[in-house]
Amino acid sequence: MSDHQNHHEEQHEENHIVSPKIYAVIAVALLLCTALTVAASYVEMGPWNAVVALAIAVFKATLVVLFFMHIKYSSKLMKLTVGAGLFTFLALVGMSMSDYISRAWGSF
Amino acid sequence: MDSPTAALHEGTHAEHPSYQRHHFVTMAQQKESASFGMWLFLLTEIMFFGGMFTAYLIYRNWYYAAFVAGSHTLSIVLGTTNTAVLITSSFTMAMGVWCAETRRRGGLIVSILLTLALGLVFLGIKSVEYHEKWVQHHVPGLRFDAMTFVHPHAEPGQAAEPPLSLDMAEHTEVYFSLYFAMTGMHALHMIIGMGLLIFMLIKAIRGAYDNGNIAFIENFGLYWHFVDIVWIFLFPLLYLISRHQ
Repeated sequence: MSDHQNHHEEQHEENHIVSPKIYAVIAVALLLCTALTVAASYVEMGPWNAVVALAIAVFKATLVVLFFMHIKYSSKLMKLTVGAGLFTFLALVGMSMSDYISRAWGSF
Repeated sequence: MDSPTAALHEGTHAEHPSYQRHHFVTMAQQKESASFGMWLFLLTEIMFFGGMFTAYLIYRNWYYAAFVAGSHTLSIVLGTTNTAVLITSSFTMAMGVWCAETRRRGGLIVSILLTLALGLVFLGIKSVEYHEKWVQHHVPGLRFDAMTFVHPHAEPGQAAEPPLSLDMAEHTEVYFSLYFAMTGMHALHMIIGMGLLIFMLIKAIRGAYDNGNIAFIENFGLYWHFVDIVWIFLFPLLYLISRHQ
């Protein structure tokens, strides 16, 4: 039984368990970013309001992917999978937007 | 049986956990495959929500004044509260994964219960917002009246919204259509997630995860965090970015 237990301990070592401390730090960072983005929305910045809000959202999403979803500690295959998804998403949205932007562009 | 894989398999068989499938050489390979499959599913989910985000960006650009006016009808207080609730539920779910990884059955059960409770709070606040839309005749197709945007009346203590032309006011229906489509699909993902949480809760209470067979919990964690990420983008796009226009 104790051999069995040791074996699993070793397995956990190589799988890398993210500690509660890191989860707590990330959760606090995400809540602070939420407060920041709400505060920023009350500041008149013209078109920059959207840019700042989306930049903060991208930062928050990156924290979630890297730490809550363990990608920082994952294999290159996982990192490449996430990267490929992000690239495809940006290519599809970017291409669609460039088409519409060049047809009728109002005030953004 | 003569292949190297088979030989390795035979050689290490005694050390296998009982839940390792026969077609995987090591537990690490099985775990990697499970995460890989889950991420591929999440990529299809990104494309699914991505289509709606793109539609939102394009229509916001076309009917800008309507989208600004529509956005102003949302409550920043409720939206911010829900963002905090969902982030906290992501944290409790991450703690659930940690408890499962370190075989803390009690901690796992508490984490699942907290995640469920926070999910319920989120949906509760969301339903308050939906009810408000119903009362204000802002539900496209079912109960919609654009005239409040043509003749806006001032809330107590606030300046009245600038009136829209009838043509532009009618396009607020596009904003609310996208609002309900995006938040509705997000809420549906949460309802499905909460069903899975109840399933995991029952299994956790029965001790099904005590042997370390926790791929389901880990993959559910990825799903729940993905739903959190969708909201992280919905919140600024729907609630925040048009406050000053």
